[in-house]
Amino acid sequence: MPCLSKVIPSIPHENTSSNFIKWLTRLSGQMERVVVSMQDPDMGVKLRNQRLLITVIPHAMTGNDIVEWLMQKFSVCDEEALHVGNLLVKFGYIYPLKEPRVLTLRPDETPYRFQTPYYWTSTRWPASELDYAIYLAKKNIRKQGELIEHEKESYNMLHKRINHTWDFVVMQAREQLRASKQRRKADRIVLECQEQAYWLVNRPPVSPCTCRWDRTRMTFLAYFMCYLHITLISTHSGFVKYCEQYQPHDPIMQGCLPSNPWITDDAMYWTINSDSVAVPTKLRVERWSFSFVELLSDPMGQRELMAYLEKEFSAENLCFWQACEDLRHGENSKIPSKVDEIYKQFLAPGATRWVNIDSKTMEKTLQGIKQPHRFVLDDAQMHIYFLMKKDSYPRYLRSELYKNLLARAVVPQETKKRYRSSWWNMAFHRRRRCRRSLSRPTSPGTRLLGWRCRARQVPGRSRVLYDVRHCLQAKSRRFLRTPPRRPHRHHACPPPSSSVGTQRSHTLYTGPSPSPWKVTGNE
Amino acid sequence: MGEMEQMKKEADGLKTQIEAARKAVADTTMSAASAAVAPAPRVQLKTRRTLKGHLAKIYAMHWATDSRLMVSASQDGKLLIWDSHSGNKINAVPLKSSWVMTCSYAPSGNLVASGGLDNMCTVYNLKTPVVKTVKELDAHTGYLACCRFLSDSEILTASGDTTCALWDIESGKQKTVFLNHVGDCMCLSLSPDMNTFISGACDSLAKLWDVRDGTCKQTFQGHTSDVNAISFFHNGNTVITGSDDCTCKMFDLRADQEVISYQDAQLNAGVTSLALSVSGRLMFAGYDDFNCNIWDTLKGEKVGVLSGHDNRVSCTGVPPDGMCVCTGSWDSFLKIWN
Repeated sequence: MPCLSKVIPSIPHENTSSNFIKWLTRLSGQMERVVVSMQDPDMGVKLRNQRLLITVIPHAMTGNDIVEWLMQKFSVCDEEALHVGNLLVKFGYIYPLKEPRVLTLRPDETPYRFQTPYYWTSTRWPASELDYAIYLAKKNIRKQGELIEHEKESYNMLHKRINHTWDFVVMQAREQLRASKQRRKADRIVLECQEQAYWLVNRPPVSPCTCRWDRTRMTFLAYFMCYLHITLISTHSGFVKYCEQYQPHDPIMQGCLPSNPWITDDAMYWTINSDSVAVPTKLRVERWSFSFVELLSDPMGQRELMAYLEKEFSAENLCFWQACEDLRHGENSKIPSKVDEIYKQFLAPGATRWVNIDSKTMEKTLQGIKQPHRFVLDDAQMHIYFLMKKDSYPRYLRSELYKNLLARAVVPQETKKRYRSSWWNMAFHRRRRCRRSLSRPTSPGTRLLGWRCRARQVPGRSRVLYDVRHCLQAKSRRFLRTPPRRPHRHHACPPPSSSVGTQRSHTLYTGPSPSPWKVTGNE
Repeated sequence: MGEMEQMKKEADGLKTQIEAARKAVADTTMSAASAAVAPAPRVQLKTRRTLKGHLAKIYAMHWATDSRLMVSASQDGKLLIWDSHSGNKINAVPLKSSWVMTCSYAPSGNLVASGGLDNMCTVYNLKTPVVKTVKELDAHTGYLACCRFLSDSEILTASGDTTCALWDIESGKQKTVFLNHVGDCMCLSLSPDMNTFISGACDSLAKLWDVRDGTCKQTFQGHTSDVNAISFFHNGNTVITGSDDCTCKMFDLRADQEVISYQDAQLNAGVTSLALSVSGRLMFAGYDDFNCNIWDTLKGEKVGVLSGHDNRVSCTGVPPDGMCVCTGSWDSFLKIWN
């Protein structure tokens, strides 16, 4: 996505470790810039007070607020914003208040707080061993036995390794604890949270390493794997969401209304979905709400959007965008004249349909127009595109025009499969029915429900197919129990088919065979 | 000096560890995530049409944007334009050179292009009363393996001389040449926003290019043999490739690596072509063993087979409205399945 690369530098091509370390440094730098702008008092994220047990912690924000802010700032969808937010949490720039060990961003009311710059990844990377020892010692002193498993292991290992300075460690720990007791309770809690968050990020539960290089490498790898993990989760969820959203529009997976022209030979689907149809189908109108691209790629959608924008007196944006598209994909020889036309209509000061572009882009574009080429208006076009996407598009989806169209949109009736050689099929089935028909003419109680073709032709009935033999057996048993009312006549009928078996001999003709053309039952 | 060498050795060790880390993370993440997804229904498609008309092996086909018309190229020296629903042939374009390997339909429906061992890409205008050659784009030094229109005035080509090129049809000149592959470029696919495209080559790499700059943005490794088929997923973030090593792989652009591999121990035939359904959940891959397999892209499992051809399936295509799948084969028939 073009916008996300503003925040996350792409992973370098060349697979060297120095490149990766540079990449990580760039990544942290970018994340820090984002966090700084998030904390801006005017344009930053909404902060409020958060209760934690009986203490009130100031300057906290909800996961929802973070995601909304990121979406707005970078003009990305909620998935991408969640992805960036997750990175900020995983790399320790934002930490959760309620469940500190769960380092994920939840887009709900879960409270989060900014990490103090003292504890930022870039300022203190790699994390010092001595500091970790002091932290563990403090935790140990404060509450005996509160260290979790991997912390205990690390504590023991550090105790062994830096035994020569252990006194210093313990002394420092005691000093820091004493200093913190003199602070206000709220401040103390905040500092403890921040320190804990820092160590949760920098000393995750992996087995401790032995030498200096290994530790650096492991930390770096841990960051990289974490980044990759989040990216892949984000990819996968994006994928799943896309598939689910488009499944009703996928005829191979879910069929389509009125019917698939390849199966029923009925081209109605193409007729009702053509560009110039008066009333579109519901699926088509719903698809416009998936993304701005969908709306623009449907010519009918573009026309509807233009109608809406004309009402709002901002149609020049869409016209400008269309003109730029024409320039990009049009003939080479017409480029200078097209650029000139666009300048006169949209960009010149005092133009009839002047578009609102920011000054930097306008300057760059006007400079570029002096040597016109196919992509000279790309920046301006992108700016107007994002303006429409952020502003006009959501408003259009909420407008009466769109809602009315959605209400008027048709859901076509399903048409059934037409047999390709229908008359032959009907005749064949009727002949089959005649051969296998029973002695008496059917009365309401003994309707022949066992025939495949009849079951299919009966609309609205259940498509359950009865076993023919079972049906005939039941009928024959019933026939045998009651004595025949009339003397039976031997009727010349074709030999019984093997599926019916010997039961056939029990069923005797007592009346005229039903005419093949007289249809009984529901047809 | 000893320490420098030591550090250098450590740094190289890091490189292999990064590779291992990438693979480990991808495997665990994707399998865990896929387990949560409901499986796709078992898909059974039937042949709805068999289009007969070619006299020799069909090498390529491409749907038009109206989802009714399509063009197919065969080595009998003809490009046939079909109205696939009725089975009628709308046009038969005779080719100067019968060794054609690719064909493409312009989004506007006005032009078709073809190319092959003649090293040229020929563009034809279908809207004139008699189909006329608009331009012969001749600058490649190797065979033309794939071509795709960006619009009526621009076309991208992938060639056996290891380069891809963006042409201006009017002037007949190459506007940008994309140089980075070391093996014959076999296939290419445009991204939905048309700003980038991806190409696969015989050096077993897939490369992402920016159309405007002409630079290679990303390289994807993972295959062990020629990449024969490639396609962008519709959301523009993921790419699927098919190769002669009998596997298809999904690569993610952001994670910059392979995320899922579609392989089966019983499959011994290389992948020649692939196409995605509208929702992206199903992938249709044509193989050398005369079948076309249907894969569930999310879970990496096979959910169906299209068998009916008597020779290698050389090309597959799903029309833009996603109604059906068309497979073309060396047995000179095109079959439409639904």
